[in-house]
Amino acid sequence: MSSPDSSFATSSLFQLTALRFRLFLREPEAIFWTFVFPIILAVGLGLAFRNRPADVLQVAATTPQLTQALATDKALTASTMDEAAGTKALDTGHIVLLAIQSPTGVVYKYDDTNPDARTARLLADRAIQNAAGQAAKVQADNRLIHEVGSRYIDFVVPGLLGMNLMGPAIWGLGFAIVEARQKKLLKRMVASPMPKWQYLASFILSRLVMLTVEVVVFLGFAAVAFGVPFRGSLWELAFICILCSLSFSALGLLTASRARTMEAANGLMNLVMLPMWILSGVFFSSTRFPAIIQPFVQALPLTAAINSLRGNMLQGQHLNQMLVPVTVLLAWLVIPFAVSLKIFRWR
Amino acid sequence: MPERTLEASLESSANGSLNATLNSGHGPALLLRNLRKTYADVVAVDGIDLEVSKGECFGLLGPNGAGKTTTIEICEGLTDPDSGTVELLGLNWKANANELRQRIGLQLQETQFPDKATVEETIRLFRSFFHRGISVDESIKTAQLEEKRKSRVGGLSGGQKQRLAMACALVGDPELLFLDEPTTGLDPQARRHLWDLVDDLKKAGRTIILTTHYMDEAERLCDRVAIMDHGKIIALGTPQQLIASVGGEHIVEFALNCDSPLDTAPLLAIAGIQSHRVDAGLHQLSVSQLHLAVPSIFEAIAAQGFTLSEFRTHSASLEDVFVGLTGRNLRDE
Repeated sequence: MSSPDSSFATSSLFQLTALRFRLFLREPEAIFWTFVFPIILAVGLGLAFRNRPADVLQVAATTPQLTQALATDKALTASTMDEAAGTKALDTGHIVLLAIQSPTGVVYKYDDTNPDARTARLLADRAIQNAAGQAAKVQADNRLIHEVGSRYIDFVVPGLLGMNLMGPAIWGLGFAIVEARQKKLLKRMVASPMPKWQYLASFILSRLVMLTVEVVVFLGFAAVAFGVPFRGSLWELAFICILCSLSFSALGLLTASRARTMEAANGLMNLVMLPMWILSGVFFSSTRFPAIIQPFVQALPLTAAINSLRGNMLQGQHLNQMLVPVTVLLAWLVIPFAVSLKIFRWR
Repeated sequence: MPERTLEASLESSANGSLNATLNSGHGPALLLRNLRKTYADVVAVDGIDLEVSKGECFGLLGPNGAGKTTTIEICEGLTDPDSGTVELLGLNWKANANELRQRIGLQLQETQFPDKATVEETIRLFRSFFHRGISVDESIKTAQLEEKRKSRVGGLSGGQKQRLAMACALVGDPELLFLDEPTTGLDPQARRHLWDLVDDLKKAGRTIILTTHYMDEAERLCDRVAIMDHGKIIALGTPQQLIASVGGEHIVEFALNCDSPLDTAPLLAIAGIQSHRVDAGLHQLSVSQLHLAVPSIFEAIAAQGFTLSEFRTHSASLEDVFVGLTGRNLRDE
């Protein structure tokens, strides 16, 4: 006899949960979408929206004197070229401004619809006026800020985390359950003495374990690669992640509770998730949507998830300062779970 | 058609065998009383009474749509009957569902276990649901899947998948085993392999209830058979009793090379010929004493001026019982 009677490893809850892991780990696509994809997305967005050091603008002048004057401003790189060559360089975008020495003074040639060119015009004029001895009338100093936490990457990481808490919970539960139903495995399971609650619990348990890996990998990457801030309590952040995952699992369960075919399940899941991808503020603030749909937007579980994640990570808020999103998440946990237990189709 | 009288004679012989096979004192393994189930406008099960004794291998036989699966799923506690009583091992699904689930084993039609799990993992999972039972190793051995122990389910042949389903049905060491069309869709070799497995289980004294639409399977495996059609049991008995009830143990089939009607009265007058029917130009006679009847058949046909284009005989089978009872071939369904 290979199996001792009452050990943990032979308990049905352990076996069911272990099966979930095995099936997940043997599905390479699932691993990609769960672990690798969010990191690739974060890297891509981080590169696209990185806050670059203030750009040095390329300008040119027709005389060496003017060029020298322009070069005194560190935000400008100046070279000397004649008017014809300068005009050509302007047209091809190599320089944004050409300062032409004229009998009466200086003429700036630039495209005033290009913000860089307009900036160059201001800087060039200041440099040339300074070189001509026109000192500023008011003394001005600069204090520069590059604050962590106000960058786009800081904003988008909690959004991606929320999205990544939702996707695998709904897809993972939904597809696995509907597939088991379609293949009559669900029917075979309830025909055995398996406790039904353990079947559903195995999904949630395996989700929570994988969640730990996913969240740690993703946030660890965001912290190391982008220095994304964690201003709130990490315990509370963990609590929010677990709550979000449970709520989305409940929603996944509800989505999968009746569907008989994968096609129907897929349609239902997209129907459930699409509005949230658009409205819940993954990539930009959900408050940008018109006031009239705000109650709907704020009631979505992904909006609540992302708002509470941003509240914790970016603003350092405590749970008691985020009662609205936390309550919304709790409601999305309790109601879909209760409803799906009632209407779940076991065969 | 002679169906009605045939059915009446079957009923009486069936009841006789029922009493004879009842185990003394222990009560039946399965008891169905006036079972009914209707889906929308289809009557799937239309008043079934049945008793299966412990240690018996019992077959529910019939064409697709006869109500076999609905009946067996009601027995398995997967479908609620509209009315009637179901008792297994003296227990019922309303009061003793948990205990019953522990004590029965079953294999359903078209269950697909997860492709990416291995044979051993799948059996271990099902073993974990039962408080008592045989070890995983033992059930792998019984189902002859030792070589496939570490293989993924997705890579198994149809026969191996069916044996895996059997292994999962056996892990709880069930007192009562339900098999729903265990060999449907298998190639002949895999079927025989599975039959051997069922034989071994029978020898071990397990009570088995199986459904099939293969007559040869029922004859080969079952101690007793109930033939179902349109939700009713139309015949019940041992395969031998049922075959004998056709009226002759041999079937003569012949065809004529001309379409004009044959007068059957001279044929039926021959001693040993029990019945005659025509199906798509093929005449069928059920015959009890073949060696005496055949020369007379030739004479009777020649006397009417016909010549034979085809002539063959075979031993009567459950197939012939079904044809005799319903006027239809099982294959037509």
